[in-house]
Amino acid sequence: MDPIAPPFHSDIPTKRYDAIVVGGGHNGLVCAAYLAKAGKQVLVLENRHILGGAAASDQIFPGFTFSVYSYVVSLFRPHIVRELDLTRHGYQVIPLECTFTPFPDGESMTRCGDPEATRREIARFSPTDAEMAPRFSLAMTQMASFIKHMIDSPAPDPGSLKISELAKLLGLGRRFKALADGDKYIFTKMMTMSAVEFLSLWFESDRLIGPMSVSGIIGTFLGVRSPGTAYVLLHHYMGEIDGAFRSWGFSKGGTGGVSLACARAARSYGADIRTEAAVEKIILRQGKAAGVVVRGGHEIKSQTVISAADAHQTFFKLVGEQHLDPDFVQRLKRFKYRGSSAKVNLAVDRLPDFSSKPGYGPHLRGDITIAPGVEYLENAYDDAKYGDFSKRPFLDIVIPSLTDPTVAPPGKHVISIFVQYAPYRIKEGAAHWPAKREALGDTVVDTLAEYCPNLKDSILHRQVVTPWDLEQDVGLTEGNIFQGELSLEQLGPFRPVSGWSRYQTPINDLWMCGSCVHPGGGIMGAPGELAAKSLLKSC
Amino acid sequence: MPIPTPFHDRTAALCTSYRWADWAGYCAVSSYSLPNDGEYYSLRHAAGIMDISPLFKYEVSGPDAVAFLSRIMTKNIEDIPIGRAAYCCWCDDFGKIIDDGTVFRLDTDRLRVHTAEPMLAWFGQFRRGFDVILEDISADIAAVALQGPTSRDILKQVTDADLDALAYYNVVTAQLDKLPVLISRTGYTGDLGYELWVDQTNALPLWDVLMSAGRSYLLQPFGLDVLDIARIEAGLILNGVEFHNAAHCLIESQKSTPYELGLGWTVDLDRKPFCGQRALKAEQAAGPQLTLVGLELDWDEQEALFAKQGLPVQVHPGAWRSGVPVYDNSGSRQIGKATSGTWSPLIKRNLALASIETPFAKTGATLKIEYTVEYRRETVTAVVATTPFYNPEHKRR
Repeated sequence: MDPIAPPFHSDIPTKRYDAIVVGGGHNGLVCAAYLAKAGKQVLVLENRHILGGAAASDQIFPGFTFSVYSYVVSLFRPHIVRELDLTRHGYQVIPLECTFTPFPDGESMTRCGDPEATRREIARFSPTDAEMAPRFSLAMTQMASFIKHMIDSPAPDPGSLKISELAKLLGLGRRFKALADGDKYIFTKMMTMSAVEFLSLWFESDRLIGPMSVSGIIGTFLGVRSPGTAYVLLHHYMGEIDGAFRSWGFSKGGTGGVSLACARAARSYGADIRTEAAVEKIILRQGKAAGVVVRGGHEIKSQTVISAADAHQTFFKLVGEQHLDPDFVQRLKRFKYRGSSAKVNLAVDRLPDFSSKPGYGPHLRGDITIAPGVEYLENAYDDAKYGDFSKRPFLDIVIPSLTDPTVAPPGKHVISIFVQYAPYRIKEGAAHWPAKREALGDTVVDTLAEYCPNLKDSILHRQVVTPWDLEQDVGLTEGNIFQGELSLEQLGPFRPVSGWSRYQTPINDLWMCGSCVHPGGGIMGAPGELAAKSLLKSC
Repeated sequence: MPIPTPFHDRTAALCTSYRWADWAGYCAVSSYSLPNDGEYYSLRHAAGIMDISPLFKYEVSGPDAVAFLSRIMTKNIEDIPIGRAAYCCWCDDFGKIIDDGTVFRLDTDRLRVHTAEPMLAWFGQFRRGFDVILEDISADIAAVALQGPTSRDILKQVTDADLDALAYYNVVTAQLDKLPVLISRTGYTGDLGYELWVDQTNALPLWDVLMSAGRSYLLQPFGLDVLDIARIEAGLILNGVEFHNAAHCLIESQKSTPYELGLGWTVDLDRKPFCGQRALKAEQAAGPQLTLVGLELDWDEQEALFAKQGLPVQVHPGAWRSGVPVYDNSGSRQIGKATSGTWSPLIKRNLALASIETPFAKTGATLKIEYTVEYRRETVTAVVATTPFYNPEHKRR
């Protein structure tokens, strides 16, 4: 039996808890750890047999550990690592060495941590872009430093006239004022422009703009030329590893390693955690949350319930529309999910050999992007707009077994492929996804095989995770990996509903701590942390 | 001008960064690639290989070999069974350290000593009255360190030695893909690992066999820069940084005793005379004035100092050994010096090794350490921590 998180029915909790956290994803576990550290009696209930939610590792094929859903880490807040002492509990992130982009004409571009080598590489396509790249990085560092304050504190509420809220807005204004004039313009543009327009402020080469622009569409149902995608780009640049912004890395043992470290921390502070504990209902007593009902009819009482599930699951499945104000319900229904991505995980018996850069090299140990140009990406989006998965999708590929020997047998590898676009709403209807699952898998493998012909013969096992699977398996509504799109109108004080971005809900003693609240998705931990700290402050 | 080691043909081909250092007169790779993160992470999560041939190596043999080394070392070499290695240091008459290294007991009357500095003359001065042969075999023996969690899996592919039975600090002679090799379960990284010693004519075949077997286990070569990070994480001291050879010091305060360096455990006082015994007995009775400690720097204060200059916090890449003052908690009195430090990508903290006045050397005590941001000298809080900072479970398996 797992000593950290035994199955619910093997060890049914009988205590009355201060707090029950619904959902054992990384945010739920971070929230539980902070509450337990503050001395609260906490219980985490996870529906699945493993912890982690969308940040979970699983041996889908014997000997191969897949980061089944999310696959890289960057945004996880460094202060959470320190405050919860997560390195002592096994938190290890290994940075990606480079970004490799193969092109269909046999060319390729590798951008790595060596600035001169990267400059030479970009200069092969555009000497101007090569010089602009460091300037772009500097601008993004300024933006990330500015926004860091916003993601590390609850969003100020522009609708409130409370002194404390006004002070927060004032503080934000001051920090904005402190930016250099040029940076103020950049920030404003970033909030409104498309990723491609924004990148075009610096760059001219489609070979650079294409692969760089994809950070603006990940997890959204937008194209790289859609306004607002420049901000999403920043969301993927503001992560940091060891003080370096925009670094991404592998979690040792898969992304579930992050969740397990959080779980061990929570456990060390005294939190109880149970798996295979499907919460069916949040119990309401006199309009207040008072506990949960677990499948099988077990009632567990608590002072507070904190939901790490998304807003749709929390309010429509666990609370019930009848207990909510109609206006709130309407606003919840307007919150966009629109999952647009899928995942293909491969177990292979040899490394992919790219025609444009044959053999083994550091280019395989980083991020491999199939996004050869803006038109390619726009075509991919066009398919999705009309209810199909892309015939030639954008792929973001990593091979974690090249840096972490624990995830595959010696000499063999796991390949993680993020796929976009695979819209939740296909024209046949989302429920028809199971019938199209393997066709999507074939498309992804065919697409990648165009760049590495040895791929098909190397596959030992293939797992395809569609947006429908994400909804069914992990409870992400419409398969949105961020628990709701990261579009501007759904961020900060508007996430998930304006007026309710501060982790509390219209139901007293029911709180939220998942990615559907500020500051949003990615393996960040911030919603969990900020929810816990807000709750503790309110006690 | 430094000369190549027996592995140079292989290491030079892999050293794409052209970053070399002079290690005891040999060309040694500082880092193979730029940046060298990959070397660090492969060492810590898979395995790394490093050419350690520049170490000085001595063979001591003859009926009095053990007694001879016992006369020199602070450790009683008679206590080392055959097939075991021991970490040792040796001192001058005044109990001040000369150097440290490993001693392998290969047979009843045959031992190997590995040192950081040349020691033929130092050891030689004790030879009178001992029936012993002391040979400098530094140039004859080539050596590599194979370190990291998958190091044993790699070695198992290519050697007949029973590695599961080879305990920490044990030594065994074996065949490694037909090459005669001495394998010691030793290292300077604080991780599971081995050092392999071969006749220098077998250096290149040894490298090739290990690299080939290691490929499936993500083996990568690593250089001195990564070694420096790893050894600080492991809390291991370095000659020339944490201490200086007393025979080369101009002033007393540059010298150290084993007790001051946390090496009291290597001193066997009550036995036949050995060099420095009387002084060390006195020091042990009085207690050392200085103590070597680990320090962990407060991150929030570092971040605040950068914020004061309008900068995001920056992490110093790699280890430093420039030496900075350490103050008491009020910041008013200097109580010691930090000799080296590093950002630890594993532990996510800035770490340092420091020599401080003994009364302050209590685990958990807060001190201040000098910290420069944007050319401004400031201080941040440093907490006295136990070393090793990094001590993985798999090291002991």
